[in-house]
Amino acid sequence: SFTGLANQTFCTVLLYKNSPSLKTRESEDIQQQIIRETFHLVSKRDENVCNFLEGGLLIGGSDNKLIYRHYATLYFVFCVDSSESELGILDLIQVFVETLDKCFENVCELDLIFHVDKVHNILAEMVMGGMVLETNMNEIVTQIDAQNKLEKSETFIFQSPRQDR
Amino acid sequence: MAHFRGLAGWRCPNTRPRVSRKRRGAFQGQRSCVGMVENRSSVHSSANVTWKARETWEEEKLIQQELTNLKATVSAPTTTLRLMKECMVRLIYCEMLGYESSFGYIHAIKLAQQGNLLEKRVGYLAVSLFLHENHELLLLLVNTVVKDLQSTNLVEVCMALTVVSQIFPREMIPAVLPLIEDKLQHSKEIIRRKAVQALYKFYLIAPNQVQHIHDKFRKALCDRDVGVMAASLHIYLQMIKENSSGYKDLTESFVTILKQVVGGKLPIDFNYHSVPAPWLQIQLLRILGLLGKDDPRTSELMHDVLDESLRRAEINHNITYAILFECVQTIYTIYPKPDLLEKAAKCIGKFVLSPKINLKYLGLKALTYVIQQDPNLALQHQMTIIECLDHPDPIIKRETLELLYRITNGQNVTVIVQKMLDYLKQSKEEYTIINLVSKIAELAEKYAPANEWFIQTMNAVFSIGGDVMHPDIPNNFLRLLAEGFDDEKEDKQLRLYAVQSYLGLLEEEDAIYPQKFLQVMSWVLGEYSYLINDEGDPEVIMTRLHKLLKKTFVTSETKAWIMAAITKIASLNPGSKTVDKLIQEFSTSLDTCMRQYAFELKHLCEDKDLMKNLLPLDASCDDMVVDASLSFLDGFVAEGLSRGAAPYKPHHQRQEEKLSQEKALNFEPYGLSLSSSMSTSGFTGRQSPTGLSFGSDISGNSTEMGQKEMSSLKLDGVKKLWGKDGYLPKKDSKTGKEDKLEAVPPGSTLGGNMVDHPLSEADQEVVSPSEEEKEKQQLASTLFVGLASNNAVSLMGKADTTTQKFKRKSKISETQNSEEVPSIQHDATLSSSPLPEAQSNNNENIQSTEHVRLRKTSLSSSEVLEASISFKRPQSLMEAGLDAKLPDCRLSPSSLFADNNMEVFQPTQVIPSVAASKASLIPSLSEELASNPHSEAVELCSSDTLAVNLCKVWTDDCLLLVLFVANRSSSALKNVNLVFENSEHFKVRKL
Repeated sequence: SFTGLANQTFCTVLLYKNSPSLKTRESEDIQQQIIRETFHLVSKRDENVCNFLEGGLLIGGSDNKLIYRHYATLYFVFCVDSSESELGILDLIQVFVETLDKCFENVCELDLIFHVDKVHNILAEMVMGGMVLETNMNEIVTQIDAQNKLEKSETFIFQSPRQDR
Repeated sequence: MAHFRGLAGWRCPNTRPRVSRKRRGAFQGQRSCVGMVENRSSVHSSANVTWKARETWEEEKLIQQELTNLKATVSAPTTTLRLMKECMVRLIYCEMLGYESSFGYIHAIKLAQQGNLLEKRVGYLAVSLFLHENHELLLLLVNTVVKDLQSTNLVEVCMALTVVSQIFPREMIPAVLPLIEDKLQHSKEIIRRKAVQALYKFYLIAPNQVQHIHDKFRKALCDRDVGVMAASLHIYLQMIKENSSGYKDLTESFVTILKQVVGGKLPIDFNYHSVPAPWLQIQLLRILGLLGKDDPRTSELMHDVLDESLRRAEINHNITYAILFECVQTIYTIYPKPDLLEKAAKCIGKFVLSPKINLKYLGLKALTYVIQQDPNLALQHQMTIIECLDHPDPIIKRETLELLYRITNGQNVTVIVQKMLDYLKQSKEEYTIINLVSKIAELAEKYAPANEWFIQTMNAVFSIGGDVMHPDIPNNFLRLLAEGFDDEKEDKQLRLYAVQSYLGLLEEEDAIYPQKFLQVMSWVLGEYSYLINDEGDPEVIMTRLHKLLKKTFVTSETKAWIMAAITKIASLNPGSKTVDKLIQEFSTSLDTCMRQYAFELKHLCEDKDLMKNLLPLDASCDDMVVDASLSFLDGFVAEGLSRGAAPYKPHHQRQEEKLSQEKALNFEPYGLSLSSSMSTSGFTGRQSPTGLSFGSDISGNSTEMGQKEMSSLKLDGVKKLWGKDGYLPKKDSKTGKEDKLEAVPPGSTLGGNMVDHPLSEADQEVVSPSEEEKEKQQLASTLFVGLASNNAVSLMGKADTTTQKFKRKSKISETQNSEEVPSIQHDATLSSSPLPEAQSNNNENIQSTEHVRLRKTSLSSSEVLEASISFKRPQSLMEAGLDAKLPDCRLSPSSLFADNNMEVFQPTQVIPSVAASKASLIPSLSEELASNPHSEAVELCSSDTLAVNLCKVWTDDCLLLVLFVANRSSSALKNVNLVFENSEHFKVRKL
């Protein structure tokens, strides 16, 4: 299963793959094809229809489904199998977005592009190994902040002199 | 190719006009140079460059340029780690866009190894995004992970655990397992949680390696921290999914946890929109559902907490609905409890009636899930379902059709199939087409009310499903036509209608049909066009087929089918001009296959006797004796050998020898290449509609070839029978009346229940129905007619006569009026079972051995199973000679169970033996079996003392035959022996 973000013109902004099949079996080409198909499917949807899409052939047929949310110019798409609750994932996306908003302070698409690594870290805090791990927003933010602080201080101590050289 | 064109802010798109699409031209002037790794904000500029790319090729050029620069930078020895980190982030970006960036993989691993925290994290992230589980470079990461796991820095440990839970080579698990086990005792909650998650990953990729630490999972489940416990639930969900019986003892713990969560005993931190730990609740409910399935005792434990969950989930928020949905699903999964079911049904109503579209979708899903257990629910919501059928959202529509598919019966099949076809015509998605087309085909085969309807529906299926549909569909259809039913006249009519309809279709000059459809047409025309002889000219048929051959869109495989058809027709009509013309035309064809067919046809035409022999009339189902050993060539072979020729070696043996000479490994499987190629299927297609046939390959692989091909004709995955209830129900109801022993199908009991059922909103609307409403109600009455015919009638008063199209054949309405409404479903499965059996029961021929021959023609899975059941009982029973003529079949019955792959299930539940001799016994399947697709219980035979019913259940991998033996006498049955004859593999004995 994977998570993808795309903007209105359907360029991928972020892609996080967790399905072993996505990583091993399939080549880059198929991955790109899946992404294209996914966003093609999602983009065709009107505003007031449901947020679930049952899969095309590429994403694994009937077992997998796409759950997406549309925020202004961004689409957040989760592809999950039947072991996930649809509404649960829908709210997970909400949590994810709110967390991003907190971490980046009024987040915008550019933030996500420039800080791909940070976004991935936030996602990793929430969904670890494909499983929903932490959904408490404050906890995630604290965790991320703590890590950032640690790293920043360390960067400051160790990195600055090296840079001067 | 993904590309960035026009970006806008997310919160307020209009405030960032500088990046909007229109202004891009102006923006372009400021394009900075590409290689700017030295630049501090290099990532930013890199992205800038990407957005500015106007065309795809330009963008590709830019990215390639960027990649070249990155390549140079990462391999330069002077590159600092800090710079490397930047490069990695950019590489991640390029990789995500689908560009090749494998040159950076090794540097990502190095970065994870050498960098400080921030760099390490980017390194780990890059590794987990770049590599896959079996990538060879992954081994280089193990050492780093081990080092970091031992680190005193918590952040490093966290990172190592995160990467392990995302990606780790399976064979290296032992290297880190003890370290991670230690982390389970760590004082920090987050470390424990991540360790559990890492173990979960190990469990997924190598369950054997973590077998010894199952007790540690239990410890994690009892962890004082909720987060750790929640993480361990993932493992338990997975383990219980695989083996629910092993964890029944934990049910109480899960129930207690859920009780605490629902009761708000968790820290306030875990609340989401004032709902306590909703995701945790969902997880627990799923686990409980798995544990309580088919287990009354375990289910008992969870009734209270489920009730409470339902009650507590009152706040009108998305997430509470998520919990409610889970609750409902669990309640319907576990051993049923009436008052809980009632509450759950109410909940489903909330979903279905909700204006929120997501909830509606889930409501329909829930309905689909419970419909088999509780068809009343569909009736309650019938008006909503009708509305959903016209919903603008195709996903909702499809879900509705799925629901309708589940409630299809003989009475509403035309309406439902029509709805499905309407949907199909609008849909262009391949997945939807494949899915729906096979459903339509299945329903049509199962419930078709009339020949014309069936053929027309199948025509629609073939023309829409085209070449993407499952190959079984045309195969089954042809088999159905070929094998026919007991009624010779009906068969003829069906075939005749098919021929007529195809001729009509081919008349249209410019129509383009899918290849599969053309193949079906040509096979049918070839086989059965003689039926039309009185009114049609074979020359006309041949001209049409001839015309097809010249069309460019026809593939060579289809051409082979057409040629075969022409050959068959030619054998019946010697001296045809069209044939001569055709032979002339194609003898010089550049297509070698076509040329060969033309020559074959020519020679056959010259030898009329051979042709007649080769292509007998209507013999597609006849047994063809294949001398697989080619014994008639023995003399020839002996002669050759005596002249010093080398003895024959089978193909694979030769290959083996060749390979062993080359001393190379053979990676190719030694399987036979089945000749589905047109070269064989075309000409010999007569004997098998599947297109698989014995052909030219036989000479290559003498002995095994024939046999293997025989067994490979078996088509799997298809289960349903097709019956023409046009004539069946009549006789059926008669027998039912006479004997009163007929198993009452569930449909009729339901109908009885529904009479006094409080009507849903639909009923209230009857008071002043507008035109539109009226239409909808008509639709409803036609759709739900089979579920409760009485109710449907009361809705409209004259539901049956709404439209001629939806009306079923008069014969069936007759049966409706009779007492025992045999649901059509019942009829369909009965269709092939011999009918006069029941009457013959009355013959009081008492013998010590009852010998019953039952026959079951499963049309879908080509084989005809013939089983004889002998009952050896001390008490004497009468004989029922239920022998029906078996159609010729190509397969021996034993081939069905050739691999001895048959299991015998002893039913756990004892069927209540009603002593009343004349009462109708309703055999019912056990819960577990009933959830699978199954046929109605069909009475095989009965007497005053004993009744035997048969029910077929299709599970994922096998066909179960469930035999119900009911004792009607007052004396106890001590011993029943069931012996299936005709196959030595097939023996059932029950004590």
